Amino acid sequence: MPMTMTQKILAEHAGLASVEAGQLIEARVDLVLGNDITAPVAIREFEKIGVATVFDRRKIALVPDHFAPNKDIKSAEQCKTMREFAKKHDIEHYFEIGRMGIEHALLPERGLVLPGELIVGADSHTCTYGAAGAFSTGVGSTDMAAAMASGTAWFKVPKAIRFNLRGALKGWATGKDLILHIIGAIGVDGALYRSMEFVGPGLASLTMDERFTVANMAIEAGAKNGIFAVDARTRAWAASVSSRPYRVYEADPDAEYERTIDIDLSSIMPTVTFPHLPSNARSAADPAKTPIDQVVIGSCTNGRIEDIRAAAHVLRGKTVAGGVRCIVIPATQNVYRQALREGLIDEFIEAGAVVSTPTCGPCLGGYMGILAKGERAVATTNRNFVGRMGHPGSEVYLASPATAAACAVAGYIVDPSEISEAPRRGTFESPAKATATGASQEHSK
Amino acid sequence: MGKGSKVFKYGDNVDTDVIVPARYLTTSDPAELASHCMEDIDASFVARVAPGDIMVAGENFGCGSSREHAPIAIKASGVSCVIAKSFARIFYRNAINIGLPILECADAAAEIQSGDTIDVDFESGAIRDLTSGKEYQAMPFPPFVRGIVEAGGLIPYISTKMRREGAAPAASTAHPANKTRRGGAAL
Repeated sequence: MPMTMTQKILAEHAGLASVEAGQLIEARVDLVLGNDITAPVAIREFEKIGVATVFDRRKIALVPDHFAPNKDIKSAEQCKTMREFAKKHDIEHYFEIGRMGIEHALLPERGLVLPGELIVGADSHTCTYGAAGAFSTGVGSTDMAAAMASGTAWFKVPKAIRFNLRGALKGWATGKDLILHIIGAIGVDGALYRSMEFVGPGLASLTMDERFTVANMAIEAGAKNGIFAVDARTRAWAASVSSRPYRVYEADPDAEYERTIDIDLSSIMPTVTFPHLPSNARSAADPAKTPIDQVVIGSCTNGRIEDIRAAAHVLRGKTVAGGVRCIVIPATQNVYRQALREGLIDEFIEAGAVVSTPTCGPCLGGYMGILAKGERAVATTNRNFVGRMGHPGSEVYLASPATAAACAVAGYIVDPSEISEAPRRGTFESPAKATATGASQEHSK
Repeated sequence: MGKGSKVFKYGDNVDTDVIVPARYLTTSDPAELASHCMEDIDASFVARVAPGDIMVAGENFGCGSSREHAPIAIKASGVSCVIAKSFARIFYRNAINIGLPILECADAAAEIQSGDTIDVDFESGAIRDLTSGKEYQAMPFPPFVRGIVEAGGLIPYISTKMRREGAAPAASTAHPANKTRRGGAAL
């Protein structure tokens, strides 16, 4: 029975020789994730199961990132619930303030998600780790509780849509523009219950940070997961973050796909997704020059070092337009520190932006940049639903870090090339470094 | 079937941010979450909803965030069932896991109007619109999922299963789920 990449990972984790679309399976999980919003509910449910402790204290990650550093007393109570649970069960991967970051940037950085692994997280953007060639998907708090107790989760094996990429992105077009384009093309339920599998010769031109951005927003097309074929770049990245062994899965050549969508990467243009659905993608070259009040650069979608470098490149030597608040939030302590070393934080401040320590904060209307009635924000985040960043009468426009920074300078929605000349592709990518412990052990399957 | 329940009708792509806005996620108390249910798209919902009422919506209901607070808020507001053309997959899982009855039925979702009185038999999937006199049949859950619902949700299901299997369970090929082929629902 030929299988897709996702199906092979699910079969292996269910202890089955093969699986097919539609089949219900129970699979072993390699990591269970929760945050300060979802874990407290999961912990309450976990207590009802009646087990003494978690299935494996090394395979649970708890990250206070959404309303942390604590935004108010109630948030403090939720973080405390999670902290006390982590202490009681000696959870190895609990990340206190000072070591935390936005979960989906943090876990890959810490080498906790590798190719071929199966990860469930009580956060919809858990699908981010598909960039590393893992099967990862968002679940609810009750699923998280059951997985923490049993080390397993139930799934319906998904059908798949194949995205065959060719060519290379050019100019200011980035992975964010690619995924906004795709969601605009297929709709917010265009991949409902499906896997989105990214393959093809164009893959080689996408940096790891771009792949994380693309996989991150698979949920915005309704997908169960987004997953990238593993290549030399994935292997170099994996070796730089972990020395754990991992397994590479490849789709069978005759695997069944519901449809294949061919995309010429050179045709992707800087894109802005207008309110109030992640599928309202339009050209960033907005003829209406829609005026804006705020820019947010950060989040699990676009708060990685390449994103921060791209935003700094656009803002360098320029000033945030009068009447615009520009908020930059590096996604992890390491990203923050690297930006500091490279002088980027100083450049942001020089340009009139503010820089925050890691938090999901404004992305979901938590804090650190809430919008008033009638206000508009361009954000590098992932959702532009009604009320997502504040008042139900406010608006969120989704864009890449370069486009968002350009909008901050202009004070209205603009194509980044009008503000700053696009550098050569790859300028913002970090060179991959192998860990001191040496190259990872690897098997192909 | 009884004397029927009042319908609240919504459109396509009702997301979890409007079901319960993130600004209220500083609590997981069901009653408190219910007091803000739907407020960003239907400010009068909380005041008008009565126990047993039913939500009917279009495609992709519950899209967006994985917050279980969304089905919890709907359930705690007294809604007895959600009928939609389709559900976003995490919401679908969450509803099953917490025991909020949901049914997928495109015709019913398209034709039933706000304010109609309808009768729903969750077991059989039969839907009757007492206002229009029309009847509909929704897809019932596959057996594995019914097992979770019948156990009272995922927590009692897992609890029973773990007691049966003893400590430190791992993926088991002997588990009924691994023998079930081709379930009908979308998860």
